[in-house]
Amino acid sequence: MKSIKVLGIVLLVGVMSAFTVKDSGGYKLGDSAEDFSLKNVNGKMVSMKDYKNAKGFIVIFTCNHCPYAVAYEDRIIALDKKYSKLGYPVIAINPNNPEKQKEDSYDLMKARAKEKGFTFPYLFDEGQKIYPKFGATKTPHVYVIQKTAKSNVIQYIGAIDDNYEDEKAVKQTYVQDAVDALLKGNDVPVRQTKAIGCSIKA
Amino acid sequence: MFSGLLIGFILISGASVFNENEPKPLKVYQKDGVVVNSYDYNRLEYFLKKDNDTTYVINFWATWCVPCVEELPSFEKLNAEYKDKKVKVILVSLDMSKQIESRLLPFIQKKKLQSRVVLLNDPDANAWIEKVDKSWSGAIPATIIYKKQNRKFYEKNFTYEELEKEVNQFN
Repeated sequence: MKSIKVLGIVLLVGVMSAFTVKDSGGYKLGDSAEDFSLKNVNGKMVSMKDYKNAKGFIVIFTCNHCPYAVAYEDRIIALDKKYSKLGYPVIAINPNNPEKQKEDSYDLMKARAKEKGFTFPYLFDEGQKIYPKFGATKTPHVYVIQKTAKSNVIQYIGAIDDNYEDEKAVKQTYVQDAVDALLKGNDVPVRQTKAIGCSIKA
Repeated sequence: MFSGLLIGFILISGASVFNENEPKPLKVYQKDGVVVNSYDYNRLEYFLKKDNDTTYVINFWATWCVPCVEELPSFEKLNAEYKDKKVKVILVSLDMSKQIESRLLPFIQKKKLQSRVVLLNDPDANAWIEKVDKSWSGAIPATIIYKKQNRKFYEKNFTYEELEKEVNQFN
């Protein structure tokens, strides 16, 4: 009986994964994000719990190879410069499997972080285990997380702003607006957006 | 009634790719015989909602997107093999507008792409992603197959066999 049940689950999972990825699962707005422990480009492990004084986090799934991610690098650095001192540091995570995307290897991450002078941790999702928990589907993909007494709550999911191509033409700064609102104790004005990005290669 | 006449006109006028009913492009890029029109989303929508007896296969891609480039031959093959079976492939590039002359046009020429390529130049993607399909996360490759009101959306990679199988459900 038990084996039939297992077989059923296996079949179900098989059938589900055979279809297109409709709902990638992962965290929804208001969910608690589980902590992670991932290796930074300096070799040290980083977790959210390491940040004793943080009020929250700007977690960004990003990578080396994707032109959209590259187009946002300077804006990600600017976000960290502005918000880490206000209690919302950037934590960047590369979700890609370097066997599928060789530009996103750990060694090349180190090189990129150095070249661009990343002020924030750039973590390697070894084994591609963390990004599915978030439900990230592409790079860049941002999660603004608010630290509360009980847990780390997802408050914003989506794009950094509304113009990947031209920073000067940006009209809506979604991530900044979200963090500014949280810092003031207000509700996040736009909680979820979508953006074009490079699909994550697991 | 009027649109019916227009469609009739398109059918009669036959294979002409650039017909007068199409929305005016934002810009026409040309180099070495390769021509690509760019559109914002509102104009592009014309290509996503045609109402005739052709099955349209709309693939969202970019030259920098490795899995997209890998599946292009499948779309090219489909476009060639189903030419006389009222199936038409349109490749909607999401390359950045700064890289059209330097990257997209040379790529089309080098790969000798036969399917029509248009550029979607509309950086406020949040405003249009869900108009393409509610379920789309924004990751590419992504594909729509439609014929009249019958429509399916796929956020996935295609092999030729998979693509053919899907298209045959519409024909």
